[in-house]
Amino acid sequence: MELQMGPSHPATHGTIKFNLKLEGEKVLDCDVEVGFLHRGFDKSCEQATWTQVIPYTDRLNYASSLINNIGYALTVEKLIGVQTPPRCQYIRVIVSELARIYDHLTCCGMAASELGAITAGFYMIEARELIIRIVEALTGARLTVTYVRIGGVKHDLIEGFAERVAQTFKTIRKLLEDCDRLLSRNRIFLDRMSNVGIISQETALSYCLTGPILRASGVSYDVRKAFPYLVYDQFEFEVPVGSRGDNYDRFVCRIREIEQSMKIVEQALERLPVGPVWIDDPRFVLPEKEKVYGSIEGLMHHFKIIMEGIKVPPGETYAAVEGGNGELGFYIVSDGGGRPYRIRVRPPCFIAMGAFHEMIKGHMVADIVPTFGMVNMIGGECDR
Amino acid sequence: MILDVSQAQGDDVLILNRAGLRESFRLLKHDKELDYDFLSDITAVDYWGKKEPRFEVVYQILSRRRRRRLRLRVPVPENDPAVESVTPLWRGANFLEREVWDLFGIRFIGHPDLRRILLYDEFVGYPLRKDYPVNLVQPRVPERTVEGTFVDERSHNKLLSLKKSLGAS
Repeated sequence: MELQMGPSHPATHGTIKFNLKLEGEKVLDCDVEVGFLHRGFDKSCEQATWTQVIPYTDRLNYASSLINNIGYALTVEKLIGVQTPPRCQYIRVIVSELARIYDHLTCCGMAASELGAITAGFYMIEARELIIRIVEALTGARLTVTYVRIGGVKHDLIEGFAERVAQTFKTIRKLLEDCDRLLSRNRIFLDRMSNVGIISQETALSYCLTGPILRASGVSYDVRKAFPYLVYDQFEFEVPVGSRGDNYDRFVCRIREIEQSMKIVEQALERLPVGPVWIDDPRFVLPEKEKVYGSIEGLMHHFKIIMEGIKVPPGETYAAVEGGNGELGFYIVSDGGGRPYRIRVRPPCFIAMGAFHEMIKGHMVADIVPTFGMVNMIGGECDR
Repeated sequence: MILDVSQAQGDDVLILNRAGLRESFRLLKHDKELDYDFLSDITAVDYWGKKEPRFEVVYQILSRRRRRRLRLRVPVPENDPAVESVTPLWRGANFLEREVWDLFGIRFIGHPDLRRILLYDEFVGYPLRKDYPVNLVQPRVPERTVEGTFVDERSHNKLLSLKKSLGAS
């Protein structure tokens, strides 16, 4: 029998369509149809200035928009050939790890509640809410943060940030302990998650998978370790690796990564250097408001950067960061003007959806829900 | 096969000829010293009116063992926009090549299933080409007839009887 699941289905968060070939309840083949949320990210970016692209990147993976901001800013800075001051780099590490915790909590919480573990789901949503509140206090927005700029961050950390984070992490650790007790020996949860959606090491590499899915299959590839960016090489952290590559391993990988991310944030807050959070270069940085309103030079400077955009030297480059779902890469081409000539995002969950049929073949229709949950497809990033 | 080698911002860049492309990739992947075993990304750039040939297909590959990235750029002319598919080497290239076909109209020879992926089948043109205007409106798509849709006879009859009882023709 042929069954069309989606594009709007209550058990799949995100608009996606599965064209299933079934034999009874067994899935023989699955053709994934993506693109329902396609809004022309690449084309829109070509119309905007380099700075105006940052809000667009928020809307890619909206569960970890800070990492998207940072990935884009790092790529443009690489093409310009500048490096941000140490304090800015530390702040970027801190916020991207907060975003990663948020991303993993969303994914695991949703996956748990879709399997009926509503309580555990709500505990994780509560932990996520605590992170959002920190992000909101820091950036002024919950999801579409636009906190990072080319050559710096919007502003320095807020007062009492470290204490607030320490307190939140205490609560999150307690909540995760509760979730662990609720889930890791839970018969229903284990039956639904383990030995479902298995993908072997070779298959995962052949399908270009990255992130928790690849690591759950036993490949220790993390961009933060393999190609360190920012100041990640100065921190001690582990890359959790699974063995079987099933949904349960993916779940455990993500939960253990939350713990590692919290460790990184604590180390970074401890060693946070003092200094500016912007590069000292008037070509890319807006002048202070006193100068804009107080002098004609300042006003013209401000006007030129806003209207014409910063000038990025001609060339092309690629840089990648470790997003919540895997390697998030940006390939940009500049023709020397104030607007990008081409911006391409390497979307980790789009590529993961390309391997979905491999994960679900031979399983039941009901197994689509946890497998899809652990792929953590985010429409904004998958369809762009 | 190699047209040019360069190093920009610390990235290794190779410009390759599209003839024998799959063989080049096979060498890069399987050679023990090169060992570029992981395909990161495939995309394309349209240099309309700026460069000849017009298109460039861009591959990002990396060697996990040597921790080295490599970018391969393959020029593709406008009158025959086609390159060899690398799907036999990396199955993940399937979705990536379909996306390039969808948005740029560059064909991949030997691809098992080259269909549009992000856009719908009736879409006219290739939106990421530079000569595609950003505000172009697409023609309206007529309603598709779906064959083999499952209709529950009982609910159908119920609706008919309801219509009859209401006196509708």
